[in-house]
Amino acid sequence: MKDTILRTLRYTRPYRAQLVIGFASAILYVLFTLLGPVLIGRAIDCAIGPGRVDYAGVLYYLAWIAACALAAAAFQWLMNVCVRRVSACAANDMRQAAFEKLNRVPLSYIDSHPHGDIISRMTNDAEWVSEGLLQGLTQLLPGIATILGTLAVMLLLNPLIALVVVVITPVSIWFAGFIARRSAKYFRRQSAAQGRLSAFVNEMVSGQDVVTAFGYERRCYEQFDAVSDELFRSGWKSTFYSSMTNPGTRFVNAAVYAAVAAFGAVAAIAGGITVGQLSSFLSYANQYTKPFNEVSGVLTQMQTAVASAERLFQLMDQPAEAPDAPDALSPAVCCGQVQVQDVSFSYTPGTRLIEHFDLDVCPGQRIAIVGPTGCGKTTVINLLMRFYDVDAGRILVDGNPVLALKRDALRGMYGMVLQDTWLKNATVRENIAYGKPDAADEEIRAAARAAYAHSFIKRLPQGYDTVIAPGGGNLSAGQKQLLCIARIMLCQPEMLILDEATSSIDTRTEMLVQQAFEKLMQGRTSFVVAHRLSTIQTADRILVMDAGRIVEQGTHTQLLEKGGFYAKLYNSQFAPA
Amino acid sequence: MRALLSNFKGHYAQLILGPAFKLCEAVLELLVPLLMAQIIDVGIRNGDIAYVAGHGLEMLGLAAAGLLCAVICQYFAAMCAYGFGRSLRRQLFHRVMELSRTEYGSIGTDSLITRLTNDVTQIQTGINIAIRLGIRAPFLTVGSIVMALAINWRVGLVFLVSTPLIVAVLYVIMSRSVPLYARIQAGMDCISRLSGENLEGVRVIRAFSKQRAEIQAFQAAGSSLAEASVRVGKISAALNPLTSVIVNLAIVAIIWLGSRYTDMGILAQGQVIALVNYMTQTMLALIVLANVIVTLTKAIASAGRVAEVLDLKSSMLQPVQSDPPVSDAPRIAFKDVSFAYPAGGENAVEGLRFSVQPGQTLGVIGPTGCGKTTLVRLLCREYDVTGGAVEVDSVDVRRYTFADLRGHIGLVPQTARLFAGTIRSNLAMGRQDAEEADLWRALETAQGADFVRAKPDGLDTEVEEGGKNLSGGQRQRLTIARALVRQPAILILDDSASALDYATDSALRRAIRRDIRDATVVMISQRASTIKNADCILVLDDGVQAGFGTHEELLRTCEVYREICRSQGMGEVSV
Repeated sequence: MKDTILRTLRYTRPYRAQLVIGFASAILYVLFTLLGPVLIGRAIDCAIGPGRVDYAGVLYYLAWIAACALAAAAFQWLMNVCVRRVSACAANDMRQAAFEKLNRVPLSYIDSHPHGDIISRMTNDAEWVSEGLLQGLTQLLPGIATILGTLAVMLLLNPLIALVVVVITPVSIWFAGFIARRSAKYFRRQSAAQGRLSAFVNEMVSGQDVVTAFGYERRCYEQFDAVSDELFRSGWKSTFYSSMTNPGTRFVNAAVYAAVAAFGAVAAIAGGITVGQLSSFLSYANQYTKPFNEVSGVLTQMQTAVASAERLFQLMDQPAEAPDAPDALSPAVCCGQVQVQDVSFSYTPGTRLIEHFDLDVCPGQRIAIVGPTGCGKTTVINLLMRFYDVDAGRILVDGNPVLALKRDALRGMYGMVLQDTWLKNATVRENIAYGKPDAADEEIRAAARAAYAHSFIKRLPQGYDTVIAPGGGNLSAGQKQLLCIARIMLCQPEMLILDEATSSIDTRTEMLVQQAFEKLMQGRTSFVVAHRLSTIQTADRILVMDAGRIVEQGTHTQLLEKGGFYAKLYNSQFAPA
Repeated sequence: MRALLSNFKGHYAQLILGPAFKLCEAVLELLVPLLMAQIIDVGIRNGDIAYVAGHGLEMLGLAAAGLLCAVICQYFAAMCAYGFGRSLRRQLFHRVMELSRTEYGSIGTDSLITRLTNDVTQIQTGINIAIRLGIRAPFLTVGSIVMALAINWRVGLVFLVSTPLIVAVLYVIMSRSVPLYARIQAGMDCISRLSGENLEGVRVIRAFSKQRAEIQAFQAAGSSLAEASVRVGKISAALNPLTSVIVNLAIVAIIWLGSRYTDMGILAQGQVIALVNYMTQTMLALIVLANVIVTLTKAIASAGRVAEVLDLKSSMLQPVQSDPPVSDAPRIAFKDVSFAYPAGGENAVEGLRFSVQPGQTLGVIGPTGCGKTTLVRLLCREYDVTGGAVEVDSVDVRRYTFADLRGHIGLVPQTARLFAGTIRSNLAMGRQDAEEADLWRALETAQGADFVRAKPDGLDTEVEEGGKNLSGGQRQRLTIARALVRQPAILILDDSASALDYATDSALRRAIRRDIRDATVVMISQRASTIKNADCILVLDDGVQAGFGTHEELLRTCEVYREICRSQGMGEVSV
């Protein structure tokens, strides 16, 4: 916990100037605020009764009260503004560092962690850190300063009455703590019930068509009532108990106030203090307890912030991909020869997946990867693109081991079109030019024409300047795929990795995609995750995969003659049943 | 809105007593400065220690009584808010479950869920806060002014000037900063979108080596978010300093006037102190009030969203009693059916004209978006036709009660949706009284018996929300079994074998043909091989009936069907 706080504070270093000004302002703000009650007391002491008013004195103190109030306000504002900047910027820097790391971690991290969780770290957790820093710096420091300052002034004014305040006040803190502990149980139950209710509602409302189709409404209502009752029971209790904190501490404060009033009045009668000083005391008694309550609130918030900071640091501390070797090559030309030599690989150490895999691909050859759904066809893509590195053996491109190439250079040799098309939330033009941002407009259009995308782009509301909605919502699956092909067309890579779509495309676009793929593959070494018979039949080599492994390889005729897994697959899928 | 407010029924006493007790507490609180003034002006002046002690105890008594009032109020507030919330949630849930697909389409499933959860909670919190603070804060403000005027009306005038000033400051600052919070939210959404995009597209980004550019775009978004939050900070940070300046200047005025009137003998020292106290109290109450207003605004917006759903009328009505079915009639008949979705103008299907006899299998084929699922929706009456009629046993589907019509149908929807519970509870969804043997029989037909048997808990295996702990193929087989358990007259399989491998798919079709003899089966698919053995096949193309007949007939007569078969590698099949 301490380490996390220190590490978080290190991010405030670039904003040291604001931080120093903020702290100084905080101290000055507290100082001027503390002077207020003393000055008010003095002013009141200048007007004791009829004929006993020292107007010059009143005016003198009133001028000071006004000046102090203005100064306190100015410094409070300055403190808030400075600290706000520090906390917002520091949290943003942390988020930035986490995002940069996210772009350098191995793909295994991204593949194996829920995306929602990572996004939540970038948004919610970073915000909690910012809020925690803000509250911690603007409340904690002035709060503690106020407590100490008030204590000091009260002791100076009258140690005995100060003692009364100091003795009774902890009761209010203890009481707040007691309530918090009592209500925590119900809060936990409430949030559990709230979670169950949300899950239930989510499930039933999204499945409403199924619920009604099966006449399940009555049971569904019964279950809903049960969860809702539980939420009611835990909810009102947690709300009731926690809302006791305010009246409770208010009562303790009122008790302190009454005690100060009584003891102070007795002291005043004995001549120990003046009426004005008594009024200062009453103000301090109020002021003294307030920061205690605030500080305890801030502490819970800071606990959340520390937990959030930890989650961000956890992401930042992920090991990055091994950097490229210092002497890594980036060849200027690529012929398209790929050799896979005795490669073994698995996603989780211990479980075997691909073992002793050999493959020789000559320039311009077409390799089809086939197998039932979920058989791990993308593993081959992962290895070729170095999204994952092999465990043993090696892959060579044009005779160079891929580990000796710069990652960027290797990946630049391939053009990749995946089945789950990914487009940016940007214009069509920017999307096509994604791999070549400096491409001329004419080039972009040419690429779009070559990919048979030009005609539909033309018909979009703003043509090439149409912004693609997040997730590509305003385009059909086929159109998205055509754009992805255009993106590759523009770059003219030497080798291709294609992932044919299984379905979900209307017949006409499907034909265009097929033609575009064909055109793209002309004369290029290509690896195709294939679903179409024509692609498979014309491939130079077929890799047959099952349960993550490569079970057979050969040409279509060879494999059919062999009568193995491929033959069975082919017969069940394509031959008339 | 009236439907929404009806949920206060049974909580009226709490709704009135809660604020009443809160009012008592506020009154007691307003008395404290007066007592203090008397201690100073009477007790100290006369040196009467007994008087001081008595008043001190009185103050303690007031505090205790205030505590009691507050506790009672909080109790009523919590009971009332949560009781109202429970009642509203129930009312809304029933409403939402009764809505037709048309309303789901117009409001959106996600939005309905948000209304049921967030919005109801928001209203609940609003009621709780309104009872607890909605009365207290304004009353303390007004009470302080009244007390001040009562002590000395001329000094009280200071209150009449400063209080509206504080209100004005609160209003200006809040009305300026609240819209900026929307900008912060937008910035946050942007960060969230970019992070999501980066994770989704990680392969493409790295394939193009675009990490730098992505980081730069993220940097820009992050900086503008931080900048927006600093801007809001600058405005909202002015709230406390400005109000405290006004209060302190008011105190200066009070003491100045107070000392003049003290000199004249109109005011006593203790009264001046009491006036100062009332001023501080006013400021604190107003700041609380500002926060209450923010909460209430949110609650009222939520109430509007909830009331909108409660006031919706379902667009589909059902008769009190179903018409009797005609025997020896076709099981399903589409009579020149056309339909357009409520949102989009064009017809989704048009001129559908076919009938299927009991015991027959109907295959439906065509590319995505051709209207296959629409046909299912019309048959189950999730939507009403806009032209023609859909008949089951020669009775228009609109002449059945929902329960009767749906009781006839076993639907296996495209997305295999299971519910949290056990395999048993999912299978028995459509027939609560199904026996163990019925469940197993359905599982056998659906090719799911083996994997269920292999689970240590068998039928009692737990199913997580959405069936997350099962594979796609397992989920699909369970949804098929769930439909079979009902022993429906019409079994609809809407592309329900997509997650099954080819061998299981064909075993399933064989089992259905073998085990279900009386039911009419509607089998929808994109694969020609799946439906080619059906008794009759309906070919859809862009919402229009492109052909209807057997496989052989269609190969002869229907160009669209021939094209589909050819593209799926069945072209070499001789006619």
